[in-house]
Amino acid sequence: MLTKRIIPCLDIKDGRTVKGVNFIDLRDAGDPVELAEIYARSGADELVFLDISATEEKRKTLANLVRRVAEKVNIPFTVGGGISSVEDVDILLKNGADKVSINSSAVKNPDLINELAAKFGSQCITVAIDAKQVNGEWLVHLVGGKVPTDINLFQWAKEVEERGAGEILFTSMNNDGTKEGFANEALAVLSSELNIPIIASGGAGNMQHFCDTFIEGKADAALAASVFHFKEIEIRDLKEELRRNGVEVRL
Amino acid sequence: MKIVIIDYGAGNIQSIKFAIKRLGYEAILSSDTEEIKSADKLIFPGVGEASSAMKMLKSTGLDKVIPTLKQPVLGICLGMQLMCTYCEEGDTDGLGIFHADVVKFDNQLKVPQIGWNKIYDLKSDLFTGISEGEFVYLVHSFYVKECAETIASTEYGVEYTSAIQKDNFYGVQFHPEKSSDAGERILENFLKVTQPNTIK
Repeated sequence: MLTKRIIPCLDIKDGRTVKGVNFIDLRDAGDPVELAEIYARSGADELVFLDISATEEKRKTLANLVRRVAEKVNIPFTVGGGISSVEDVDILLKNGADKVSINSSAVKNPDLINELAAKFGSQCITVAIDAKQVNGEWLVHLVGGKVPTDINLFQWAKEVEERGAGEILFTSMNNDGTKEGFANEALAVLSSELNIPIIASGGAGNMQHFCDTFIEGKADAALAASVFHFKEIEIRDLKEELRRNGVEVRL
Repeated sequence: MKIVIIDYGAGNIQSIKFAIKRLGYEAILSSDTEEIKSADKLIFPGVGEASSAMKMLKSTGLDKVIPTLKQPVLGICLGMQLMCTYCEEGDTDGLGIFHADVVKFDNQLKVPQIGWNKIYDLKSDLFTGISEGEFVYLVHSFYVKECAETIASTEYGVEYTSAIQKDNFYGVQFHPEKSSDAGERILENFLKVTQPNTIK
């Protein structure tokens, strides 16, 4: 049986990890490669690298980082952040990324999803959607959740699937940073209406939240950053807890 | 040992090259027929869509070369699927090495299957040191039906072939280069195959 995935997310700026990490065994706390290796060894199923730098040098730095990660890490990883063209994706995949994640660029230019899926295959195209519930309606937000649109989350998700995305990474802006759990109601709707895997993101605070998002939210994978970086949750403990709750995991 | 990764423009071959390097070997990428024929071990990768990948193989003449190879060949993911008789994806004939068809997963399931799943009924030296039920990483929408040449199975709505072997030809649906320590062991086992062996 296919297992549920646990995915730590690393924020990257100019080739270095951004959010503080609390790994005393790290020689260099800012080195994404070393952090990635530790996560791979500790039972993470995949990794996501989200590049938040905005300089001209960015593409080259990111491509170098991707290459260094691919050299060392023996689990799959996704790279996202500022990807807006076929060329951007090509360079990342050629350097060893397994998947790329696109977000705002897909909203601005939905045909990009079709182009990428046709050229590289759906399996390596993740579309990230940031959304916030406003007056009862889930609306897609851009630029890391800062800019609202009038696009409905569920309609957009359906369109993304039809255009050829292989997977959706859904972040609830209402839950992100709260540590009060994932947006399970919206996730369950996404998961039942769509036929591609859904990654839950935003709100992880404790192990129960992960159980809930897999069971109630019907998520296929769950992504989190700080609870892992600050060692509030050890991935192995989390997986044992999930298994005790009847959730299939790789242990 | 000369390890060649067959390069026909399909997919993420860098990761395979890096995985082989982590095992202490060097692999070269090549689309050159002579280079391929003189290799000790060959990796036949592939990611993407079946009919366009077959077109690329035909345009380089590799579709004629690969079935005649005598040294151990490992097809990975789409590479394995292309070595089969027929691929439903793009309605294309494969290389006809493995006697099985490749069909799409049932629509009731999430497709592609993305993630870690178990391999079992292991029947080859490829799996020396690998436990029944080991987890491997898979990303695919089409699967190889079970057949006499199946050497590992996986369940995703249906029991299907996750590894296959005929003489010197091996295929794995999963990505050994992305399947953590178990994947590296399977890749290492392949690199250590001394002569084509038959199914146990």
